[in-house]
Amino acid sequence: MAEKTSYKSIILNPLSQNNPVVVQILGICSVLAVTAKLEPAIVMGLSVIAVLAFSNVIISLIRNTIPTNIRIIVQLVVVAGLVVIVNQLLQAYAYNVSKQLSVFIGLIITNCILMGRLEAFAMSNRPWPSFLDGVGNGLGYTIILIIVGFVRELFGSGTLLGHQVIPQWCYDHGYQNNGLMILPPMALIVVACIIWIQRSFNKDLQDK
Amino acid sequence: MRPHFEEGGRFHSFKSVYDGFDTFLFTPTTTSTSGTHIHDAIDSKRTMIIVVLALMPCLLFGMYNVGYQNHLACGMTTFPFWHLFFYGFLAVLPKIIVSYVVGLGIEFVVAQWRKEEIQEGFLVTGILIPMICPIETPLWMIAVATAFSVIFVKEVFGGTGFNIFNVALVTRAFLFFAYPASMSGDQVFVAHDSIWGLGGNVADTFSGATPLGEVATMAGSDASMHLTAINGAELSNWDLFFGLIPGSVGETSTLCILIGAAILLLAGIASWRIVLSVFAGGAVMSLVAHLTATPTYPASFLSVEQQLCLGGFAFAAVFMATDPVTAARTNTGKYIYGFLVGVIAILIRTYNNGYPEGAMLAVLLMNAFAPLIDYCVVQCNIRRRMKRAKVNA
Repeated sequence: MAEKTSYKSIILNPLSQNNPVVVQILGICSVLAVTAKLEPAIVMGLSVIAVLAFSNVIISLIRNTIPTNIRIIVQLVVVAGLVVIVNQLLQAYAYNVSKQLSVFIGLIITNCILMGRLEAFAMSNRPWPSFLDGVGNGLGYTIILIIVGFVRELFGSGTLLGHQVIPQWCYDHGYQNNGLMILPPMALIVVACIIWIQRSFNKDLQDK
Repeated sequence: MRPHFEEGGRFHSFKSVYDGFDTFLFTPTTTSTSGTHIHDAIDSKRTMIIVVLALMPCLLFGMYNVGYQNHLACGMTTFPFWHLFFYGFLAVLPKIIVSYVVGLGIEFVVAQWRKEEIQEGFLVTGILIPMICPIETPLWMIAVATAFSVIFVKEVFGGTGFNIFNVALVTRAFLFFAYPASMSGDQVFVAHDSIWGLGGNVADTFSGATPLGEVATMAGSDASMHLTAINGAELSNWDLFFGLIPGSVGETSTLCILIGAAILLLAGIASWRIVLSVFAGGAVMSLVAHLTATPTYPASFLSVEQQLCLGGFAFAAVFMATDPVTAARTNTGKYIYGFLVGVIAILIRTYNNGYPEGAMLAVLLMNAFAPLIDYCVVQCNIRRRMKRAKVNA
């Protein structure tokens, strides 16, 4: 059955129509935690794409040999292994960002999106569609992270990727950065706004 | 004139605005055609007008106090009444205008978009917002915060009467957390610049903390608690009661707040149960704090009557906690709700030196719990009556 759905829809569907964050409301904790600045948000998004895509492939390859009773444990072991690799890579090549992200890279293991995709897709599909599904869902997650990180860094710190964006003369005339944007509640409200906008464009997602 | 504003008319997009102003002054000509309707002299428009009237003593006194504090800070020795009042009026008026224009603007747009009538709730909110902000709050901050709280606290929940939290207090909380430098400290509670030749320019090095802010900086000192006015004179408890002290515009004078409370209670708008139990809760908690006073938390040395007069406590008790939309609805629930507001307000103020203004956070917290309190009260009542029914049967 999976072979019948086009590869294109597997990768594009999670971007908007079935977005893991704003439609399925998964992985909210990390969206609140890592989006105070844009740079860690992007790195976090890339890490999730990598882990999700490869764990999907691995689970899909061994899906017929995993005993049903212990499948969650097997999935966790695979994800944990990949997360450790990603964490080591970040510490080696992007030490500052990895310090900012601190435990949240490790916490990718408990990210609901991963378990959700492994259970719902990789356990019943062949490796190539599973890979695409992982990339698609990771991208959907990353897009939301980038939007939230963009808004929060712009209004909370007046910078983007660490560069001053709001010109100095604004500050001279009394403009101040919005401290609430740095605090987690504002991330929730920004996500809520994205959901609001997205549902007003997608009528079929609205509750009856 | 009306046909122009009906569906298909030239000015249809202003229908809600037209309707709003039309019924603001006149009774609408449309009447119900079926069923029995009971009319009461009090509807939400009149309720709101009375609340605004009850706020007037605080507002007028607040304007006078703004001028008084400015003169005091400049070291002037004469205090001509009309100069002080007019200076305060000019300082406060722009804030009132900004808050009304932004808030009502959003209300008008949303009402037209939803094809509903304009709701009156913002009449009160709009005057409360400037009264609970420091006088030096920049206008654009008030605009941003008002827009935020009207949209996210009121309109997304369905407009006036459906909000979970008090809109004016969320505006203040937004300002407090988003722009802490402009909402606390010793620079923002006294107007700094002269307006149209009135008042004077205050020196940059001048420090004018509120009594509570002053207390919070005394951590570690001993029990000798002397509150001082901004020119260094000592403040007696009567000074705190009459309110010629620095603070947010409308909240300094406990006397004026009590006048407002009398108006609200006589008109039957505010619930005396809530007002009474907030003061009771505050008194109990201040007493407990006072009896166990430690130098780590200097505010615990304040006496009960100082705690009740200082800061926004009395204002929150009379005008914020009694908001019928966000308070508990059941009578027993009102006692519990009010008591907890009082206790938590003093608790936050005393034991967290960073948040001298605990009353705001206490009311917002209890807003969230009000439906739960009501639910428990109703369920208890049902259970009690069920038990009685079984005994009789």
